[in-house]
Order: sequence, then structure tokens, then C-alpha cells
Amino acid sequence: MLRNLFGRPSKATEDDVRLENSLAKTRSGVFGRLGSIFQANEITDELWEELEETLILGDVGVPVAQELVERTQKRVERENIKATRDAYLILQQEMVRILTPAEPMRIDDPRLLTIVLVVGVNGSGKTTTIGKMAHWYKNRGRKVVLGAADTFRAAAIDQLKIWGERAGVDIIAHEPGADPGAVVFDAVRASQESRQADLLIVDTAGRLQTKYNLMQELEKIKRVAAKQVHRAPHEVFLVLDASTGQNAISQAKSFKDSAGVTGIILTKLDGTSKGGAVLSINHELGVPVRFVGTGEQIADFAEFDPVAFVEGLVGQ
Amino acid sequence: MFESLTDKLQGVFDKLARQGKLTEADVNAAMREVRLALLEADVNYKVVKDFVARVRERAVGREVMESLTPAQQVVKIVNEELIELLGKPAPLNLSGQTPHVLMLVGLQGSGKTTMAAKLALRLRKSGQRPILVAADIYRPAAIQQLEILGKQIDVPVHSEGTSVPAATIAKNAVRLAREKAYTTVILDTAGRLQIDDQMMQELEQVRMVTRPSEILLIVDAMTGQEAVHVAEGFNQRVALTGLIMTKIDGDARGGAALSVRQVTGVPIKFLGTGEKLPDIEPFQPDRLAGRILGMGDVLSLIERAQETITEEDAAAMERKLQDGNFDFEDFRDQLRQIKKLGPLTDILGMIPGLNRMTKEIDMNEAEGSLKVTEAIINSMTAQERRNPSILNAGRRRRIAAGSGTTVQDVNQLVKQFRDMQKLMKEMGITGGRKGKQRRGRSMLPRGMSNMFGGMN
Ligand SMILES: Nc1nc2c(ncn2[C@@H]2O[C@H](COP(=O)(O)OP(=O)(O)OP(=O)(O)O)[C@@H](O)[C@H]2O)c(=O)[nH]1
Ligand SMILES: [Mg+2]
Repeated sequence: MLRNLFGRPSKATEDDVRLENSLAKTRSGVFGRLGSIFQANEITDELWEELEETLILGDVGVPVAQELVERTQKRVERENIKATRDAYLILQQEMVRILTPAEPMRIDDPRLLTIVLVVGVNGSGKTTTIGKMAHWYKNRGRKVVLGAADTFRAAAIDQLKIWGERAGVDIIAHEPGADPGAVVFDAVRASQESRQADLLIVDTAGRLQTKYNLMQELEKIKRVAAKQVHRAPHEVFLVLDASTGQNAISQAKSFKDSAGVTGIILTKLDGTSKGGAVLSINHELGVPVRFVGTGEQIADFAEFDPVAFVEGLVGQ
Repeated sequence: MFESLTDKLQGVFDKLARQGKLTEADVNAAMREVRLALLEADVNYKVVKDFVARVRERAVGREVMESLTPAQQVVKIVNEELIELLGKPAPLNLSGQTPHVLMLVGLQGSGKTTMAAKLALRLRKSGQRPILVAADIYRPAAIQQLEILGKQIDVPVHSEGTSVPAATIAKNAVRLAREKAYTTVILDTAGRLQIDDQMMQELEQVRMVTRPSEILLIVDAMTGQEAVHVAEGFNQRVALTGLIMTKIDGDARGGAALSVRQVTGVPIKFLGTGEKLPDIEPFQPDRLAGRILGMGDVLSLIERAQETITEEDAAAMERKLQDGNFDFEDFRDQLRQIKKLGPLTDILGMIPGLNRMTKEIDMNEAEGSLKVTEAIINSMTAQERRNPSILNAGRRRRIAAGSGTTVQDVNQLVKQFRDMQKLMKEMGITGGRKGKQRRGRSMLPRGMSNMFGGMN
């Protein structure tokens, strides 16, 4: 039903199905409750309170949860809605609205070489995501090269090499401990020349957003890319673990400031975590979710669809 | 974007303070704020509920209602309850026959491999003979990662590639340890979701064949509301004996610690405080409580300061402060010492109230303004530094010219300095570590006054 409201074909695509399946756990858990709240009660104060709680339990965060509830409440009053079912739909609409990107991604714009930088805190799933993403774009006819600019963490380069093999794409790497900027420089060169690639995806070392020097290193990597290719990097993805709580917002803010993050990739959605923090991130920082990771296999990757996400979150 | 918890509480209590006397409705209002603030710190919703109920019970009692400083009293209660809930620190259980097996479990990316190496280093330093075991046969290059870390800390790593079952590898490692007289076997297991039945079965098998003396759940400090279910899931399948929280060096509040501790009942044992292998600390409840309350990590700062600043310096500074003799000379010394502590972001992040600032101010600018401050002080004569009250307009103009700043800059610094002096007097510096009585647990963590008191 929500799907129709947003003018989508009512048949779910393969990606939708994958996303919804991995959110099935979530749905039967906390967010599943949302649906039942709206079924069981008439529209009362308790309903709104319970609604706020439920959103908070999904890591949506207090301010956005409150705002969502308020907005829904207002519309319900203004539009003189009596059925809880309809109030529920309005809530979903509001959530989808927050999650809908204002602009399309820039990866598919026609250009000789597109450079994508992947950043995030330690262990969020960057390297795995890059493996999946390489596979994804290779299947869509792109010539992909990976740049191993995590020269810090032990065996990070080996890890990316294995993913490169799995995806069947080339990887450009230096020795452990090398300057990440130099890796990016070579990777861009190689992409343009010997490898004739049109998509370069750069893995970076995990870093906590509070580490000033490490964040500066990202700025440097960006500058290296920008010098070689016009307007590069064209996308900077922050990889965010869905189990992250309110710190996700601090992460998005800092990485946006230093690395110019343009989108979020939400990983580990196959767990029980909801990743509700992305609502705050898009709402307050205007950084949309672009892809989701739903498992450890190479195909566990899908384009983010707000409608499918919200349907997955709050059930149908 | 989000106000820090401390600010929020202060806001509520300011409101209360203005009204003079505290009513139960006031307490309710305050409790709602406490509740929301704890939620922002990622404490699980249900845990918050119980927690707030306990705090309320005490808050409506005499100690708050009749207090002249209800705000402080409530914060004190919140802090005490937090510390209580976080529980006592507990060492690793290394009793019984060697080799002792430590098994590390947790979600993907929580930091198990690094923590395994950190524990190994720590044990090696304390005279044990640890061996690391690469039982993560799934994640690409996980084995290499552990091998590299093992080499760095000179601890052997047992691995058997990726085609032998984890339980077999673990079992063989224990046998090897027995033969070669290793005292502790540290098992690095693959990250897994607690709902992945097959993977959880693997953990049960590893546990069965190795009989670990510790099964430690590694929890990322950034974990949100789901921490309770994760911890419950692991605890049900493999009966945890302890918790370790990682990535505490970021700005996550770590409220998940409270949730996890609550649902499992097992003690928190260590905190991971950085990417390097010596970055591990035994858990201390008062510190973590302060952090969850948004009070920064003053104690860590003080510890780091202790490493860079000598006892004598600190003692001398404290005496000056107590006597009200703190002058620009001392201020400059302090600035220099602060510079030795590391980049400003790191330092500011640890100071209550300032940690919020670190996100809002441009660090380059801040580092710059430190330089300006130093330049101004350097342009003062020794006499002016020792006796700032002689700084008349003419002297200020000269100082501004000498330091390449404006008179406003100089005025501002002098004013800030005065405010600071006043603040220090008001806080009544209670003395250093010797005078560390329980009494001092007020709104300002005791570390704060110590901070000013020569950082000891
Ligand atoms: N269940 C699940 N696990 C994932 C997903 N994405 C990544 N992981 C796992 O998370 C762990 C960490 O992933 P990495 O890709 O190494 O993370 P990273 O951000 O590159 O880590 P660092 O480079 O160490 O900062 C690995 O065990 C991955 O298999 C996902 O979508 N679902
Ligand atoms: Mg990586």
C-alpha cells in the first residue's frame, strides 16, 4: 500500500526482496510492534508515547523519534484521521520522506573514470562492502579496479586481495605501512592507463572520527584524487554498521566534514539491529543511504530503497 | 546537534534551582530528562526504565527534597546508581590448572582479533606464556592478521588454515599448549550474529572441547539498543564469564555497557582504548559512569598527564593554586605541558563540557589560538606575568604590538585568566590524590579540580 502511495510498481524487485528478508527479523521484533500498536489501540496519548519508545528502541534517536511522532500527530489531527491504520500509514510516509535522497548518485554519470572513496570507523564493514560493490558494478558492465589504501591494519591488503579475486577485479596495492596517498595516486594512474578502468573503489583504514590526524589523512587522500581527476572523488561512502547507536550521527557528521561523505552504506542488516540512526543522519545532515549490506557473501548487497526499508522496519 | 548529557541535566536542575523547592512533579520532569539523556547515550530503553525508577525512588526521598542543592544531589544519585550497576572491576580468572583458555566471542567487527593480541601482550608482560589461536576460518585474511599481530608482540600463533573446523584447531591448540607449557590459550573466534544458529553451534563446540576459564564477549562501545539482544544471545548459548568493551577511545558514550552488564550479570573486565596493542585498560566503573554521563574521560587525561608531568611540578602547581598565587608564568607552564599531552582534539575530548566543543570548533583554529595565547604571554615582562594586576592600558598595547595581536585579544586573555582564577577559588581545590575522599563526588568530577590543580 505504501508502495502505491509513492508511485512504485506494486511488485517488489529482487533487491527489495533481499532487503525485506534481511529485515524480517527486525520486523518481527521491535518494529513489528509498531504495526500492532496501531492495530490494537484507538488514537490516544499512550499510542503516541508507545510509538516514540518503539522508534527509540530502533536506534532512531530521541530527537527524530519525537519529531516523527509530532509530525504524524499533527497530520492526523489536521486531516481528521480516526483509524489507527491510516495514522500508521502516515508515519511510514513521513519516514520514507526523510529517507528519500534529494539527488541521484553520481556513480553512473558518464565520465572516463569515476572514483569512489570508502571510509568508516574500525570494523564497520568497509573492505567486505568494497568486495560486494565491485561484484555489483562488474555485473553491471563496469570495469572496476580496487585501491588498497588501508596500509595500516594488519593483513588489510591481503583481505582486499581476496575480495578482488572473488569479484574478479584488479587491485592496486603497495606494501603495508606505505603512504595511503601514494597508493591512491598509483591506483588512479593504473585505472586510467594500464587497466583502462572506469570505476576505481578505494578502501581506507578504519578510523574513529575523533582522531584528528587520521581524519586529516582522509583529506589528503581526497586531494590526491582531486588533483588527478576532475571533481574526484565522485562519491565518498561512509560504511555504517547497523548495530551502531547514536554515535552514528557523530560519525556521519565528522566524516562529512573531513571526507565530504556523500552517502551511507548500511551494513550488517542481516542481524537484529535496525540501523534506525540513518533517519537522523539523512534528516539532520542530508546524507542519504545508498546501499545496504545484508550478509557476508558477495551477493549480499543491494541498492537502498527507502520504501522497502520502511516496510521492512515497521512491517506491513 | 545533541546536547551532552551533562548539559541536559544541568538544564533541568537549573530549572529546579530557580523554583527553589523541589516538588514531586519537578522530580518527574527531571527523571524524564534523565531518561532521554540515557537513551541518547545508547543505554537500552528497558534498562533505562528500571534505572530511572531506582533513581526516582531515591530522589523523592529526603536527601534530595530537603537539600539546598537538589540538582547536585540528583546527579550524585544518578552517578552512584550508574557505578553500582556497572559493577565491580574483576580480573581475569586464571585459577586452576594451566593452560587456561580464554575464548573471545562477539559480533563481526567488534574488535576480537585486536583484543586477543592485546590480552596476549598484557599476559606476556605479567609473566605468563600465552599462545594465540586463529579460530576464525571465515573472514578473509583473519589468520594473517592474527599472525602479524602475534609477531609484533612476540607471542606464538597457532593456525591450521581455513579448511579445518574451528573446534579442531582450538582443541589442537590446547594440546599443544599443554605439551609446550604455555599458560594461557587465547582463542580468536570468527565474528557472528547471535541469531546465526549454525555459527553459534560452532561456538558451543569450541567451548565443549576447550573448557575455557573465560568466555569474553567483545562489545563495541558504539553499539546501540540491540546490545541487550546480542548479549542475551551469546550468553544463552555459551554462558559468558566477562565482557570487554572496545573502541572506547572514540566519542561514543558506551551506554551499551550498562545494557549488556544488566542482561548478562557478568563483570566488565577490560576496555580497549586504541588501535595499538598496549591500548588496553582494566575496567573502572566510575570512569565509565562519567563517560556515560557525558563527563568526558578526565581520569584518562590525568593519567596521561601523569606520564608527562613530574610529581614535583604538579605538587608545586597545586600549592600555588591553593594559595591563590597562580600567575601567568604558571599559566604558560601549563599551556606548554598541555601541548606535550598531544593534539588538542584528544585532550578536549576528555574534558567534561569541552568534549562537545571539539565537534564544533575548528581544531586548527583552536591550535592557533593556543599559539596566540602563548605569544601574548611571551610578550609580557616577567613582572607582568607574576603580577597581572599591573597590566594597565599602556602595557596591554605594548603586549599586543609585541605579540602581533590586538588589544582586544590581550584583554580577552586577561579576563579569561581572571575568570579561571575565580573559578579555581570557588571550586576549593581539595588537594591531590592524598585527599581523594569519597565526599568529593559532586557535580564536577573530582578529576576536574585536579585538572586545574596541576594535573596530578
Ligand atoms: N553479517 C554481516 N557481516 C558483515 C557485513 N559486512 C561486513 N561484515 C563482517 O564484518 C566484519 C568486518 O568487516 P570488514 O569488511 O573487515 O570491516 P572493515 O570496516 O574493513 O574493518 P577495518 O578495515 O578493520 O576497519 C567481517 O567479519 C565481515 O565479514 C554484513 O552485511 N553482514
Ligand atoms: Mg578494512
